[in-house]
Order: sequence, then structure tokens, then C-alpha cells
Amino acid sequence: MDSSVFFGLSTMAYIIAMIIYITYLAFRNKSVGIVATTITIAGFFSQTIAILMRWKEFNDISGMGFLRSAPLTNLYESIIFFVWCLILGYLIVEFRYKNRSFGAFVTPVAGLALAFIDITGMSKEIHPLIPALQSNWLLAHVTMSFIAYAAFAISFSTGLMYLIINTEKKNQPAYIFWAFTLGVFAVLLISMGIDFMTFKVAVRPEEFIKNYLFRASFMNKSAAVRIISWISTISIIFIVWRFGNILKTVIEKFNISSQILDEITYKSIAIGFPIFTLGGLIFGAIWADQAWGTYWSWDPKETWSLITWFIYAFYLHSRMIRGWRGKRVAIVAVLGFFAVIVTYLGVNLLLSGLHSYGELK
Amino acid sequence: MSEEKKTFIDRIWDIFASVKFAIVIFSLISLTSIIGTVLEQRAEPERNINILTRLFGESLAPSLYNILEKLGFMDMYHSWWFITLLILFSANIIICSIARLPRILKLIKEPMKPMAREHFETAPIRREIVLKGKPDKIKEAVASSIRAIGFNFSESKEDKGYQFYAQRGNYTRLGVYLTHLSIIFILIGALIGIAFGYKGYLNLPEGRTAVAFRFSPPSGPIDEMNLERILNALEASWGDISKASELLNMKEKKLKEILRKNGIQPLGFSIRCEDFDVEFYENSNTPKEFKSWLTVIDGGKEVVKKSIEVNDPLSYKGTTFYQASYGMIPNAPGWFVLRLTSKSGSSEIKRLNFGEKFVIPYSNIEGTIRDFSPALAFDKEGRPFTFAEMMNNPAVFIDFKEAGRDKYSGWIYKRYPLTGRLPEGHIVEFLDLWGSQYTGLQIRKDPGVWIIYLASTSMTVGLFIAFFMSHRRLWVMVIEDRGNTKVHIAGVSNKNRPAFERKIGRMISLIKERQQGGK
Repeated sequence: MDSSVFFGLSTMAYIIAMIIYITYLAFRNKSVGIVATTITIAGFFSQTIAILMRWKEFNDISGMGFLRSAPLTNLYESIIFFVWCLILGYLIVEFRYKNRSFGAFVTPVAGLALAFIDITGMSKEIHPLIPALQSNWLLAHVTMSFIAYAAFAISFSTGLMYLIINTEKKNQPAYIFWAFTLGVFAVLLISMGIDFMTFKVAVRPEEFIKNYLFRASFMNKSAAVRIISWISTISIIFIVWRFGNILKTVIEKFNISSQILDEITYKSIAIGFPIFTLGGLIFGAIWADQAWGTYWSWDPKETWSLITWFIYAFYLHSRMIRGWRGKRVAIVAVLGFFAVIVTYLGVNLLLSGLHSYGELK
Repeated sequence: MSEEKKTFIDRIWDIFASVKFAIVIFSLISLTSIIGTVLEQRAEPERNINILTRLFGESLAPSLYNILEKLGFMDMYHSWWFITLLILFSANIIICSIARLPRILKLIKEPMKPMAREHFETAPIRREIVLKGKPDKIKEAVASSIRAIGFNFSESKEDKGYQFYAQRGNYTRLGVYLTHLSIIFILIGALIGIAFGYKGYLNLPEGRTAVAFRFSPPSGPIDEMNLERILNALEASWGDISKASELLNMKEKKLKEILRKNGIQPLGFSIRCEDFDVEFYENSNTPKEFKSWLTVIDGGKEVVKKSIEVNDPLSYKGTTFYQASYGMIPNAPGWFVLRLTSKSGSSEIKRLNFGEKFVIPYSNIEGTIRDFSPALAFDKEGRPFTFAEMMNNPAVFIDFKEAGRDKYSGWIYKRYPLTGRLPEGHIVEFLDLWGSQYTGLQIRKDPGVWIIYLASTSMTVGLFIAFFMSHRRLWVMVIEDRGNTKVHIAGVSNKNRPAFERKIGRMISLIKERQQGGK
């Protein structure tokens, strides 16, 4: 048995857990919640085993020594690690705050990330390390960056929940903002689900494309499908906007005060920000200085992590402005995570630069 | 001060001191940076016109490109307005910090005072416990419990009791300032690097020595005669600038100026590439490591010998050499380096020209190098061809003769030493085609980099203090109340109140425990 079996098990567990957490949110049945948590924990254990096994496999192949064989060298491995951090962070929050309703907001992020791996057909192979990556900084830089990303993902989820329970009127900017964000999120989840169903489940042998992200919807060959996709996108966002208040009453039933949500949002950022500064920016700069002779070269990855850093710095400072606590800072927290996504995925998929290790290939 | 009496400078000061201004600057830097990540910086114009065409269509792209070009977006991180934004950002940090410093310093230096009884009712954290016995008896248990949670307290006498008061971590309020100051120092370090440092590339062939490298294209017309004379003199003096200027009878300043105008930076010493080698992963074209063996020659003497690879540079007198790339020199007169090992085990290393004969020791077998490929592969019909321009799979074709008669011939690969095992048991190993490759070095001198390292460290410390440590104040009043003792506790923490509450909770249970033990 190799690591891929356990990766597969954990992916399945998280996707099932996501469905159960959402069911739990709807029905509030305690035993459903316990099942969701149990499956998540099982998935987490399986993933931990898988990561350790892959680490060993990598070490056997590369012969670089244990510290330099961390499975964190390409997009696939980094997504796996991101999900692992996210689930760990979520479980900590669940046990600390004794509240399962966050699960319905966090597990979809994990599910989306894992589905992304399969749908884009990214390489899961173990690649030998190119010379630039053969450094002890790799482990510190990448793990700390992803721990920070996971903390930011949690603040995104709680920030969004904060906005949901603190908005009343449908024409309020904050309401429109969260409805749009959640709508886009739902569209991504659904369209990737359709991609998965059409290309993975109903495989057509003549289709030999590896990357079928959005091929069943926005990037379909037929113009009609594309138009329908865009119309559905607008309608989904509209539906979320129109019936968003139902979500509000659902969340409110869980006795989560907006204070707790604000606190978790703040705490995740307060943990993520220094880790990101040290591990992402400073360690990255030191490593670049040793490998390339420039600690900062304004390459897209560096610039976007600086933008991310600015947004979270903005969040931390804006809490000090009178009248800015609450909804406005929650919006900043949500926006910060968009910057994280661009830093992490957007740069590798859309822009070029020095950090080209994370390409789909 | 009323609004009308404020001078112009005061108003500017107020703007810079506001968090809102900081947010405007944050946003401007972020938004413009986004454009800089979409457009390729310092790239060929066509690339960015292509990007713009994809985004805005063919008709808009050229004019849009011209506008953006004029605004400096093609090299925006070095444009005047982006640097202005960074300066405004620093000014904002400095002024914000100065403006808030007096209040913070007051909070830090303010000595603790006993708290008035009525304020105990309104403190952010407040607890009350009732214990049996007189305050005099309980006092010691309370005092030792306060000490046990790490507070050094002062004591005052109250009406019918005592009050203890203490604070911790008042200096942690400076964590934010340390962080801000570090950011300023990072920017200062970067400025020092730009002003007093240099950066450039050097492609150094194996066996060659360099005394200077190019850091930018020449500005203005080139005086080739003069330049060559200077470079020759520099080479003759092993890179020593003052010696070279003596040789040329030219002032050192003038010599440096001519070089600068030509975009050439003298090293001040010389560096030689002894050898370069790439190692590949087995059965793969992914390089495992590439390595240059460098020698620094200063004042005519070899002072440092070191092999460098990616992530492991060589530093000498503030100049650092990084392994950046490598390549082949077309038609370079290289030496084929072979190791010849006879059946009996004696071996020798031979450096040979193309077509040159060699004899395997203690035998009458002689060989001649007839062909070479930097990256040998065979097509379907079994014909050899070269699949890459780099030395991905170097191989030599050798004809072997014995006593003048043709014996056998074949390819010997550098990466697969077994291919050189001859039927008689002799071994011919192809070690290198020395002199055919160059090592691509990134050269840098940055006197500001240690400031950046230090500032990064202090920034980390500052962030740690700012986020994970807090200024905590504690007041404990021990008062007689109807024959028993009431302990009033009040606490204030500038952040992470729950943690302080837990600490106070621990203190309370300690007090109870010790009080019972004391009975």
C-alpha cells in the first residue's frame, strides 16, 4: 500500500464530512454532528499517515535526507498540506468553542481544494528536487506559509459567518458582499462538482484532456453551455442573495454570538499574520537571498504575498479605528483570503515568475 | 488647539499621523502592485502588448501600452511614483509612531497606584471571594499567590485591610513600535543596497579568469580602445584597481568612471572557474545539482578555493557569487578528459584534443576520439542524434586499434561509466569535456543586507511581543468584612483578556488552597 490509498481515503472522508456538516447545519441533530466530526477525524488521521508515507517515499527516491524530503515541493503536495493544516485548525476551533456549525463553512474549502486536484489533473508524481529547492529553508518557509494560509482560511469562514448574522437588509452593502462571495463560492463548488461528474464518473474515452477545470461549464466547447453556465451563476448568486436570511436564522440557532465569530476571526489572523510574516516573507527573503542573491525581486509571488500582508495589516489596524469594528473589518478579513488564494494559486496558474514550482503540469 | 489655529505643517502632520492615511497608502501600494504582477516587469514590449491584447482586445492594446509605458508601469517598482508611495508609507509609519509615542510612554512609565474601592466594581476583570479569618492571617496566602503567578507587587494599607497592586509587561506596549521601526530599517537597508551595492551576471568559461563583470548596458558611446586597455591592465594586475591605474598612468577615479560608463563593475580581485559540472537524476533530464569550482585570486595569490552550487554561494570581501545558470560555449576548444584504467588496475588521467591518440597503460591498445555529442540519444532506426544543446548526456565515440589494426569502436557516456568497459577488462572513463561549458554566476555586493537581516529579526520579535504578550495590571484588596475577609480582585489587560482571566482564576484557587493549608 502506498500513500495514494490513504490520500484517497482522506479525500473521500472530507467530502462526506462536508455533506454531513451541511446536513447538520440544516437539521441540528446531535448524532449527525458527532458522525461528521468522527469522519473528519478519521480523514485527518488517514491524511497524516499519507503525508508521512509520502515523506518516506520521497526520502527513499531523492536520498537527500529527511529534512529536505518534506513532501511540499509542488502544487499537489502543497494543496494536501494546506488541507491538512485547515482541518487541524478547524478541529482545534471545534473542540475549543464546542460548536460544530463552523464545519459547514470550513469543510467546503477543504473539499474544493481536494476536488481542484483531480479536476485540473495536476501531476501527483513525486518529482526529484531541482537544485533551487534543495535547501533547509524549504521546510520552514513552506510549512509556515501554509499554516498561515490555513489560519486565514478559518478567518475567512468565520468572517463570512459574522457578516451573515449581522446583516438585516438585502440592500445593505455588507449583505450584498457576503451574498456575492458565498454565491461565487457555491458556483465554484457546483461547477467543479459537475466537472467531476461529467469527466470522472461518466468518462468518455475520446476525451483525453487532463485539465478539465470548468470544461463542463464555463469553458465548454458549446457556446450554449457556456451561456447557460453564466446565467446559472447569476441565478445562484441571486438565490443566495434572495434567501440569505434563511442562512442567518439557521446559524443563529446555534447560539454563536457575533462576538465569538469576531474573536475567532481576529485570533486566526493574529496567529496567521506573524507566522506569515516570519515564514512566508522573511524566511522566503532569506532563502531567495541565498539561492538567487536577491532577497526581494518583485516577482509576482512575492508581490502578491506583500499585498496579502498589507490587507491583513490593514485588518489589524482598522480594528483600531473607531467605528470600524464589526462588519467592515469582517469584510477586510474575507478580502484578505481572496488575496491568499491569488498568492497561492492565481500566481502559479496565471502569472509567471520565479516560483514556477507550483505549476499544474 | 482649535482648528483655525493649526498651521499648515500641523495639518500635514495630522494627515500623516492618521490611520486612515495609512489605509489609503496600503491600498494604493497594493492596487498598483497588482498591475505590476499582471504586466511583466522589465520585459520585451511584445510580451506585455500580448498580455494587454488578451485582456482588452487588439484595438486598445497598443495605445494602452503606450499610456502604461509612459506612466512607468513596465518597470513600476522602480518608478518615481511607486518609490514616492514607499516614502509616504515610511513617513506615515514614523509620524504615526511619534504621534502616539508620548501616550504609550506615559502608560508604560506610569507607576502603579492602589485602586479606589469603588473602581473595583467597574474593572474589566473583577472577582470576589470570601475567606474565613482576619485579613492579617490571610494576607500572606494572598501575597504568595500573587507572586506565584509572576507578579511583583507593592502593598498599601487600607481601612480595615490591605491592597496589593502590580503590573507586568508594560514594555510589551512597545512591540508595535519595534515592528514599525524594523519596517523602516528594512527600507533603509534596501536603500543602502541600491545606493552602495551592485548586481550583475557573469558567464565564466571553465579555465577562464574574470576581473570585472557587466551590470548594465553601456550608457553612451563606447570607447573600445580605452576600455580594452583598462581591462588588460586590470587582468595584468589580478583585478587590483590601484595597480591597474598605476600601470595605465591613469587616476583611479577616472578608471572607475570609464568602467562605470561602460556598464562594467571591477571586482577588485579576480575569480577563476576551475571546473563546472552538472549532475542529473538517474534516467532523467532534471539536474540534481550543478557545481562550479571557483578560485579567488587577490594580489596575485590564490586566497580562496570553494565549490559553489545553488543555495551555497561564495563570499569574498563583501562580494557574493551565486550559482545561477550554465551553458555550452559553441565551438569552444575543449579538452576531453579521460581516465584510463588498465586491467591490472593502474590508471592515469589524460587530457586530449579532438582526434588525438591515446594508449591504455600497459597495453598496446590505442584509441582515438572520433565524435562527440553533448546529449546523445538514438532514434528508432538506431542512428545517433543530439537531443539537447546542453551537456545532458555527453558521450564520445572512440575508435580502438591494437597494433595498428582496427579492433572495435563505440560510444562512451559520461553519465554511464559502465559503457567504457572494454572486452579485455580495461576501463576508459569519459570524465569531462573541460573548457566547453561556462558557469553563469550572479554577482552581488549589498552592504545593506545585514541591516535587513537584523531588522527582520527585530520585526519578528516585535510581532511576537505585539500579538502574544500583553500589559497586565492587577489589584487585590484584602478587607475585613463582618468577621471574615473579602478579597476583591481587579484586572486589566490590553489584550488577550481570557488568558489573564485564567491566570487570575489560578491565583484564586491558590489563595484558597494556601488559606486552608495555613489553618
